[in-house]
Amino acid sequence: MRHPVQAHSEGVAARPGYMDAPWEKPTLLRREWLVALALFGLIGVLVPLAHVLLPEGAAFRPSTYLVTLTGKILCYATVAVALGLIWGFAGILSLGHGLFFALGGYAFGMYLMRQIGRDGSYGKDLPDFMVFLDWKTLPWFWQGSDQWWWAMLMVVFVPGLLALVFGWFAFRSRIKGVYLSIVTQALTYAAMLLFFRNETGFGGNNGFTDFKRIFGVSITAPGTRAALLAASALWLLVAFLACRFIVRSKYGRVLEAIRDAETRTMFLGYDPVPYKLAAWVFSALLCAIAGALYVPQVGIINPSEMSPANSIEIAVWVAVGGRGTLVGPIVGAFLVNLAKSFFTQAFPQLWLFFLGTLFIVVTLALPNGVVGLLRRRKETNN
Amino acid sequence: MDILLQSLARPLILLRLLASLALLALGSPANALPSAVIVPLAGDDPDARSQAVDAITSSGDPNAARILAALVDARLYLQGESAVFVENDKAFRVEDGASAPVPAGEAIIANNRLRGEADAALSSLRLFDPVFEVRMAAAKELASSADEAQRDALARALAGKLDPKVRALVEVALARIELQSPEPAKRTVAAHTLSVSDDPQVKSVLAERMRDEADPDVRQAIGAALAAIDRRVARSEIVARVLTGISLGSVLLLAALGLAITYGVMGVINMAHGELLMVGAYATYLTQDFFRHYLPDMQDWYVIAAIPVAFLAAAAVGLVIERLVVRFLYGRPLETLLATFGVSLVLAQGARSLFGAQNVELSNPSWLSGGFELSAALVLPWNRIGIVAFSIAVLGLVALVLVNTRLGLYVRAVTQNRRMAACMGVPTGRTDALAFALGAGIAGLGGVALSQFTNVGPDMGQAYIVDSFMVVVLGGVGQLAGCVVAAFGLGIVGKFLEGWTGAVIAKILVLVFIIVFIQRRPQGLFALKGRQVEA
Repeated sequence: MRHPVQAHSEGVAARPGYMDAPWEKPTLLRREWLVALALFGLIGVLVPLAHVLLPEGAAFRPSTYLVTLTGKILCYATVAVALGLIWGFAGILSLGHGLFFALGGYAFGMYLMRQIGRDGSYGKDLPDFMVFLDWKTLPWFWQGSDQWWWAMLMVVFVPGLLALVFGWFAFRSRIKGVYLSIVTQALTYAAMLLFFRNETGFGGNNGFTDFKRIFGVSITAPGTRAALLAASALWLLVAFLACRFIVRSKYGRVLEAIRDAETRTMFLGYDPVPYKLAAWVFSALLCAIAGALYVPQVGIINPSEMSPANSIEIAVWVAVGGRGTLVGPIVGAFLVNLAKSFFTQAFPQLWLFFLGTLFIVVTLALPNGVVGLLRRRKETNN
Repeated sequence: MDILLQSLARPLILLRLLASLALLALGSPANALPSAVIVPLAGDDPDARSQAVDAITSSGDPNAARILAALVDARLYLQGESAVFVENDKAFRVEDGASAPVPAGEAIIANNRLRGEADAALSSLRLFDPVFEVRMAAAKELASSADEAQRDALARALAGKLDPKVRALVEVALARIELQSPEPAKRTVAAHTLSVSDDPQVKSVLAERMRDEADPDVRQAIGAALAAIDRRVARSEIVARVLTGISLGSVLLLAALGLAITYGVMGVINMAHGELLMVGAYATYLTQDFFRHYLPDMQDWYVIAAIPVAFLAAAAVGLVIERLVVRFLYGRPLETLLATFGVSLVLAQGARSLFGAQNVELSNPSWLSGGFELSAALVLPWNRIGIVAFSIAVLGLVALVLVNTRLGLYVRAVTQNRRMAACMGVPTGRTDALAFALGAGIAGLGGVALSQFTNVGPDMGQAYIVDSFMVVVLGGVGQLAGCVVAAFGLGIVGKFLEGWTGAVIAKILVLVFIIVFIQRRPQGLFALKGRQVEA
């Protein structure tokens, strides 16, 4: 989509005002590529390698705790990027993104449950919770879950289909703004209630846990943890690049136009439904795969991941980092979750006060988040 | 009255009550009972003992019930020729009920058979008690537990003069016994009689008999009786469900009413609304504590005192939220949503720090416990009736405020057209603040109501926020009438689904229904027309 003139003269980039024409920007500038790849190299390659190669007790060996925490936050950051895409660029504030995340996690968790085999506490072929419920055979929706490729297919298919169906109905009826937020919240709330039931067939309120193996290897081995961390980092990078590509494309421009004035965009001849729907489903898929990567790292998935409060917390990551950017959500996810790890260990009773205050302060004082603040400072300095 | 009814359910207290009633009648021992009647009771001849019990029962002596109760509890003494019974460490002579010295010797020991006969005689005696409630309670007890030994007593009672309600119950009691009769004809008649009973026990008795019954005629009669009972039970279950649905709807209405106002006027989605309910509930708890410490005599009325306290507490919190947070976010609904969610986290955690993570104890005042009995299978608890009345009263007050006060006028003006209202001199900022406080105060009132039948704890707000939003969204924003219809509709539909599918699936179905409904009728729900759509 580059302007033909530009191909000849790279020098044009220095012209003032050029940078403000986003439709002519590449996905990433060269400097940005360097930063992104360097960060990926550090977190996604160096840390996992150090964890595997350095001997236990070495000074610079990243601890298991650090590796798991980083992997977890990387998954959260991917979800934040996914929400940042639809909230920041399509104006859709979903308060139900935790649902897609959790569904992806459950779909992959089913595979992990089957990998336990006969090593569960009952020593049966069926997962422990089914034995506990006195079930004799696998329910139909568990068929095939012992195959990793089937599990991966389901990770994409189930949340994707739900997002497609829900999004199609919602966008076609032109539900937007606060209503969409509330309806998505109701959706995840309903799903949470459903998964809390033992009879639903996903382990009730205990969910899935006590995983032993993944792809036949021990799930707690340093190599597995390192590989999962690397995969999470890679998936975040892919998600970020894909979203960046989307918002820099013509499609992304239309999306922003719909965000700012949906009716006006319609009068210009665009049907907003497919634009919004595509972004929505894509965003849900990013979450689902992040969820599938999250579950083997934290070792548990249960319905509380679908609680409305969890989903709304994702929104605060995006808000803290900066709406309308894609770096912001990543920054926000890291800041808030590191703060959470710190507070819940040091001052557990203060964490919710802090989180609540964060919601208020960010919306009142930092409408563009941390990234917006830094950007403004840079501009004033120039 | 309730206290009376409740205590009547317990036979022991009942006996004591009977005794005191009988004491009143002491002045005129019309049919005095000679001590000689008691003498055989102390003897060994079982037939003579039974006859003695019969003699006491049929004597018409006002003290007969007390004497029989004393016999059952081994408080009846025979000292030489004079019989004495003891009640609460005081002794009375059998022949005239006058006080007597407390006897020292052994009481008359009744064996099981005699005690059974005395018990049976007691319950049929109570059927003729001067107090109606005592008669009813006795009849109910008979209807659910009469056995073979009481057959003759019951038949005798039926021959006497009974109130129609008591008679119906006694007939059921007798029929239960007759159902086990060796004669098929009697069993058939008994089954017919039992078909009018509402008592769930009767049904199981019939079903049990049906299993062992061989006679085809009797089988048919029992079958018909069972079917009739089932029909009536099904009918009263439907009624019960509608009524619990209405009371659930009232809760939803109270929870959502405030939200409807804040959203309707300011377009503010207040995620902290559930926590305002919580503030109201905790205010109720504090009021209860205050009464417990300073006004223990009036503790039953703390709920009434809590109503204004909770309103003011929640309204004050609401006012603070509006001034500190919401005010700066008008016109940015998504940001408001996030900020008020932050407020809700802070409030819930604040409650957790102040009152602990556990639920706090709230007692139901005695005038709200118990229930209004429509039939044996259908009792309306007073607290449910209370909440329906309360929510209707609050609804009426809100409507009154909106229609008849200056604040209401301003609120309506701002709702319709904020800028035009400002041009006409309506202080929109102050109206916003007051309307928000009003909405919050109503949430506080909802908290009072909720405190009476759900747990009061720091997490209670979260439980109601999704439900309240569903009511507002379904009913149409800013419309009181829509809110009312949606609340009661959701309440009743929810309760019906609950009966068929269980509580969780019912909730899920309702949520899915709302999600689908919104897809189908977005504009009808949001009540936005013309140019307002893009506003």
